[in-house]
Amino acid sequence: MFETAFAPFGAADPVAEMRRMQGAMNRLFDGVSVPDRPATYPPVNFWTGSDSVVMTAELPGLAEDDIELTVKNTMLSIRGTYPEAKEGENTVWHRRERPAGSFSRSVELPFRIDPDRIEARFTNGVLTVEMQRPEEDKPKRIAIKTS
Amino acid sequence: MAKELTTQGRSDVTRGREDAERTAMTFTPAVDILAQGDVTVILADMPGVAPEDVDVTLERQHLALKGRIRPHAPEGYRRFSSEYREGDYLRVFTLSDEVDEKQIKAEFRHGVLRLELPRATHAKPKKISVKAA
Repeated sequence: MFETAFAPFGAADPVAEMRRMQGAMNRLFDGVSVPDRPATYPPVNFWTGSDSVVMTAELPGLAEDDIELTVKNTMLSIRGTYPEAKEGENTVWHRRERPAGSFSRSVELPFRIDPDRIEARFTNGVLTVEMQRPEEDKPKRIAIKTS
Repeated sequence: MAKELTTQGRSDVTRGREDAERTAMTFTPAVDILAQGDVTVILADMPGVAPEDVDVTLERQHLALKGRIRPHAPEGYRRFSSEYREGDYLRVFTLSDEVDEKQIKAEFRHGVLRLELPRATHAKPKKISVKAA
C-alpha cells in the first residue's frame, strides 16, 4: 500500500484508528488516578490480524470465574476481583506486594466485533481474548468487469 | 523470616550457558510472604509461566524462585501495542529459619507459585523445664 501524506485510507485503516483511539483513551484517563495503583489496570497488549484482534492481559491469581468480560459495540470491559487472602488468627504479614481488590477497565476497539465469535482463554494467569470482525463489516472485494 | 537477596549483574550471570542466546527480560515477581504459625507461606506472581517451567531451589538458606517464559505470540497476528512486557522471573531470598526441606510444599496455579515452608523441628524453640532444687 502507498504511504501518502493525506492518508486517504486513514479512517479505514484499523491499525491507525486503533492507535488514535488508544491515545484518546489514555488522555481521557490520564487525570484519574487511584493511589498505589496505576489508573489503568490491568495493562493489556494488543495483536492485530487482518479481520481480528487479540488482547492479552496478565491477571495472576485470578480464576476464570473471577473475571468478567463484557462487550458493547466497540467497547470491551474487563472487570475482576482478586480473591482475598486466607488469614488465620496467627497470620503475620512480612511482605504484601501482590495486587488485591477489584479492578475495572474499558478498552475501545478499532472496529465493531462479532459478539458471538469472541474467544476468551485463561491460561497460567494470562487472559487472551480473540475477537473477530462481523462478516458484514469486512471490506468486500469488488470485481471489475471489462467492457 | 525471609530476607531478600538481590542478584548481582545481569540475568546471564544466573542463567546457564545454553540459555545465553535467549533475549527474554527477567522480572522480579511480586510476592506475598506471610507466616502462619510455624509455616512460612510465599506467594509469587509469575503470569505466563507454565507449571513445568517453574524452578524452585533451596541451597543452604538461599531460596531461589525461577520461572521461564515461553513467548507466545498469537499465530497470524502482529504485535500492535504493548503495555506490559513478558519475561522470565527470578527472585532469591535468604531464609533465617531452618526449613524442614522434606515438608516443603509447592504448587503453581493460575500463574501464582505458592510455597509452604515449615520450620524444621529442631529449629523450634524448646521449652526447658526448670526443676526446683
